[in-house]
Amino acid sequence: MYTQALDSLGKDCLPGGSADSAALEARFQARVDADEKIEPKDWMPDAYRQTLIRQISQHAHSEIVGMLPEGNWITRAPTLRRKAVLIAKVQDEGGHGMYLYSAAETLGISREQMIEQLLAGTAKYSSIFNYPTLTWADIGAVGWLVDGAAIMNQIPICRCSYGPYARAMVRICKEESFHQRQGFEIMLALARGTPEQHQMAQDALNRWWWPSIMMFGPSDTESKHTAQSMRWKIKRFTNDELRQKFIDITAPQAEFLGLRIPDAQLRKEEGSEHYHFGTIDWSEFQAVLKGNGPCNRERLEARRSAHDDGRWVREAAAAHAEKQRARTAKAA
Amino acid sequence: MSNDWPLFEVFIRSRAGLEHKHVGSVHATDARMAIEHARDVYTRRQEGVSIWVVRSSDIMASDPAEADSLFEPARDKVYRHPTFYAIPDEVKNL
Repeated sequence: MYTQALDSLGKDCLPGGSADSAALEARFQARVDADEKIEPKDWMPDAYRQTLIRQISQHAHSEIVGMLPEGNWITRAPTLRRKAVLIAKVQDEGGHGMYLYSAAETLGISREQMIEQLLAGTAKYSSIFNYPTLTWADIGAVGWLVDGAAIMNQIPICRCSYGPYARAMVRICKEESFHQRQGFEIMLALARGTPEQHQMAQDALNRWWWPSIMMFGPSDTESKHTAQSMRWKIKRFTNDELRQKFIDITAPQAEFLGLRIPDAQLRKEEGSEHYHFGTIDWSEFQAVLKGNGPCNRERLEARRSAHDDGRWVREAAAAHAEKQRARTAKAA
Repeated sequence: MSNDWPLFEVFIRSRAGLEHKHVGSVHATDARMAIEHARDVYTRRQEGVSIWVVRSSDIMASDPAEADSLFEPARDKVYRHPTFYAIPDEVKNL
């Protein structure tokens, strides 16, 4: 569910090479320009492959790590209905991670390599999950804002030039809408509840607003890889375009809830559908990205121990399957 | 060499009367587990009534580089389509 312009986070990957590869590359670009889809066995520039591996695997990691802050509230959901919904949502995030890992594998990286990169801390995931979910209202705010920003980011990827990624995104986007709506419903119930509940919703909005709009990634002037990714049709809109769109649709929703977005400069521009908003504190974004967010260590620890604790199950299942195969072979 | 469980491609029949369609892949130790994983990953919203799984390594695929020699020969055989034949408008039921 959660991309944050992850394509802008990696190393330099610009195309280059011999005359032969220049011809292949020209043909490849012509196909992309003609809106043809690229499929796993087609020739593609190595930089295109590497960019996609990085972006899809980091997107997958984000889904998997994204299960943690919400899973944190499953046992404490206020009603059975909310609990069933939250379990379904967290299960969806797991499923989204699986769709995406499977899409990334078509590019020649193994599942094991990707998991290793995540656990070793060399692969990034969306930094939004390095913030804690302190109250039940945070579950509402995450669904409404974080999933909302993710949808805004992801819908254009449904038209991405790489077939398996685009198909995974179509599946994911179909499921995301429920996530955002259940989050808004939680916010609505709290905003219309007791003064304490209303305050709880306001507090969650205060903490999640800025991290959510940072999910669109650095400003276009800072984002080095946007141009290349757009040429390859991996990316269809710039970070700033998507951020503006998100703010434009979310501000009226906050107003409906009777909650105040924590930005003193936020106001609708006269004679326009657009909202003007205040300056983003990118130093915070960079700090969280570098590993100094409130929960970076906790999140990776949780993933590592899940992986280690599950090792015996994976090994036992493999041994059992091997035994079954040997038995069948013997009987034959 | 990867320690991953084998990869299976997953095909789902969305409802009786339709063909199975490729939806993605899962890792599993054997076919039975692959079906269970495919059910959890690809049918959380009643997307299917039947699942096929097949080991990815057992699939033989045509080579995209040979697409021209495989599919090009059909391009100039438009007479295989009914619209190739001009029939006067007065003739009905043809």
